[in-house]
Amino acid sequence: MAGNSEPLSPRAKLAVTAGRAAAAVSRAAGKGSGSVIGGKVALRFDPDLLARLARHLDVVLVSATNGKTTTTRLLAEALRAGGPVVSNALGANMPAGITSALAGGSDARFGVIEVDEKYLAGVARDVSPKAIALLNLSRDQLDRAAETRMLAEKWREGLAGSEAIIVANADDPLITWAASSSPTVVWVAAGQSWKDDAWSCPSCGGVLQRPGDDWYCGECGFRRPTPTWALSGDHVVDPYGVAWPIQLQLPGRANKSNAAVSAAVAAAFGIDPKVALERMYKVQAVAGRYDVVSFLQRDLRLLLAKNPAGWLETFSLIDGPPTPVILSVNARGADGTDTSWLWDVDYTRLAGHPILVIGDRKMDLAVRLEVANLQFRVCANLDEAVRSAPPGRIEAIANYTAFQDLRRRVGN
Amino acid sequence: MSESSLRLVWVYPDLLSTYGDQGNALVVERRATQRRVPVTRVDVRSDQPVPTSGDIYLIGGGEDRPQRLAAERLRRDGGLNRAVANGAIVFSVCAGYQILGHEFINDLGRPEPGLGLLDVVSTRGEGERCVGDVLADIDPQLGLPPLTGFENHQGITHLGRTARPLARLRVGKGNGTGDGTEGAFNDTVFGTYMHGPVMARNPHIADLLIKLALDVNALPPVDDQWYDALRAERIAAAVQPA
Repeated sequence: MAGNSEPLSPRAKLAVTAGRAAAAVSRAAGKGSGSVIGGKVALRFDPDLLARLARHLDVVLVSATNGKTTTTRLLAEALRAGGPVVSNALGANMPAGITSALAGGSDARFGVIEVDEKYLAGVARDVSPKAIALLNLSRDQLDRAAETRMLAEKWREGLAGSEAIIVANADDPLITWAASSSPTVVWVAAGQSWKDDAWSCPSCGGVLQRPGDDWYCGECGFRRPTPTWALSGDHVVDPYGVAWPIQLQLPGRANKSNAAVSAAVAAAFGIDPKVALERMYKVQAVAGRYDVVSFLQRDLRLLLAKNPAGWLETFSLIDGPPTPVILSVNARGADGTDTSWLWDVDYTRLAGHPILVIGDRKMDLAVRLEVANLQFRVCANLDEAVRSAPPGRIEAIANYTAFQDLRRRVGN
Repeated sequence: MSESSLRLVWVYPDLLSTYGDQGNALVVERRATQRRVPVTRVDVRSDQPVPTSGDIYLIGGGEDRPQRLAAERLRRDGGLNRAVANGAIVFSVCAGYQILGHEFINDLGRPEPGLGLLDVVSTRGEGERCVGDVLADIDPQLGLPPLTGFENHQGITHLGRTARPLARLRVGKGNGTGDGTEGAFNDTVFGTYMHGPVMARNPHIADLLIKLALDVNALPPVDDQWYDALRAERIAAAVQPA
């Protein structure tokens, strides 16, 4: 195994120690895990620390609008078949959080790193990854995120000539555009339910034609590459045409897609798809997502959906009517303060479910549901919403900070 | 324009629908349907001709590159200009508002000709993006309650002589000119920087467009309780940000 054959320099060791001390202070003060402040302090002592820590590891980076955290978990499980793994499993996905996570894994062979979309090119430069998994790109946090296509353009420039194996979703035109500047790409037909951010050709601006699962630009010829891996129903088909069953505890099509990409990445690290997929089955819930918790004599399933693409995937995995659905939306800093994306979500998919509305922006949701001609009830808080549903399963769908509020209230 | 049905045209959702712009179409549709006015909604992609027989045209917000592409294709197509010449109503938001003017600055930093349907010229601001809740008083001529919206743009729009400001700002940046104006209108052509989307927060604007299209002075009342609750909340938030 790779291990730490080459010990860290005194400066890097000092940086790691200072970072740990800062994290411990932050934890003692009750301010979360301290991983971000720890990483920031460590990087202040040694700006090259991230590169130094990564030098001893076979690193894979995971980035996307949706599914980063879950895919990172699935992939970490799969790679453990080949040796110890260090990972930022809690979703601290900017350079400080990544540095902090890597500093905690001195015996690891593999680094499985979730990276925020905006930082991907920079982190890829710093850590010289062996592989990069690119899942999807769509609108998110309208008030401050860069344009989705601009993000793809930055990836494309940042990854041009990268020595990493890029494992990319061929069904997403923006991902394809971003990845196709790289010399080595493994294309995975991983599917794409949300299509409304890719009607324009990322290359020439022409209107994309999207018959069935295919897509192409009629003007410049940019088109879907031929995939070597494919998600096909409940199976992932490898380059030899062998279909491997995907069995997960995590629900939904999107997670099968995440598993298919993870299997392709694992194969690049020499892990057999059968072994990789069996290990992925172990993943139950990811930072509370998909967890089923008992609360006020009901079983609440906690579902995170941060943007229109995420809501679309979430609607496809919930239990059918008459299972009640709680919707909670906030618009705090981490959520993005522009709520107009609610109008890109097709709430008519919830027809027949009792709908209970909570969260800071419940009035925005109420108008949205009224215009969709749905029956709903606005509640003061989670407790009132849960009590107004009969005992049994409730699906609770929330965006980022609303999800954190839910977890806190139910003690998850 | 027929008496009993409404043709609603949503222009270029493939390019100009970044900020929940479908919401404006959904609110107009819903509020017309609640008045038993049948609606035919036509979504026109940018490789299709813009029909000239619509009653109400909606054109939304988008990013810089799609905005240029939309302007190029709308100029080439000419359908929207012909529809307005026939008396059609146009309601435009943000990037769409700039396209309706004489000129705006495109993603390449160059002046891009618009459609000249509103007497406005847009440039790009140098400072921070204008992001946040807005409150403004709509031109009394339109007889509408205050405008509430969410702005998220970097544009500056100067009004010419034949464009009237849609509203006077109480809170927010609006046209970004520092003269306290927000949006513009002239006869049946309207432009605003307000997202939200704007009709969800100002259903009376949707009603105004429906009345203009049907050529009636009043519409039967509908239940506005959730709109009213949202308006009250957002107006309070604009006046006293959290």
